[in-house]
Amino acid sequence: MANTQAMCTSFLGEVLTATHNFGVAPIRAATTADTFKAALYLASATINASTTVYSATGEVSGTGYSAGGVTVTNATAPASTNTSTTAGTAYWTPSASITYTTVTLTTAFDTVFIYNSTQSNKAVSVHTFGSQTITAGTFTLTMPANTTAAALLRIATT
Amino acid sequence: MIVTTTKGDMDESLLEKREGVVNNENEYTTWVEYWLEGELVHRSAHVALKKMPPIVAEAASLT
Repeated sequence: MANTQAMCTSFLGEVLTATHNFGVAPIRAATTADTFKAALYLASATINASTTVYSATGEVSGTGYSAGGVTVTNATAPASTNTSTTAGTAYWTPSASITYTTVTLTTAFDTVFIYNSTQSNKAVSVHTFGSQTITAGTFTLTMPANTTAAALLRIATT
Repeated sequence: MIVTTTKGDMDESLLEKREGVVNNENEYTTWVEYWLEGELVHRSAHVALKKMPPIVAEAASLT
């Protein structure tokens, strides 16, 4: 037997469930999963890795769209999988497509911003796509497969 | 088929239908438009997100 330096894969998964606290963490009112939301942003907006919290600035507006976006379906808990003694991946993907039904969004948008509405609207991730407009129609974002190789959110050691 | 439009629900046969696909490393997108006498009255889009690069974590060496 031999020891191997590594970040423990179980820890990666536990980061996604707020099991560890190296600093000052919010006091949770419940042990259930938080509520995550998905907001759409105009192509002219500035949403990126430095975004820390949801803001209506640059968000789309139009018939059928409510500021703040829609709730993300989260029926599948994060998972983590070892790929070797030194590598592994924690991952999570919404368990259903994100859908904005019967909306009219006439100004081009190209970004969906995922944030935690339970924890003061703190930022999670930014995903971009080709610019779109919607006219009396439906905009659907289909999620990638919830696997170590393709999940929407992945924290990995290599 | 009935289509929701800016003019209310209309039968598809009354409208001009246009469709398109975008497929690249980031997304697979399909869109459909319905036009009535030169006016866009319906547009829907369906974006399938492909994978993002993972966040990389590392344990520092003490040697």
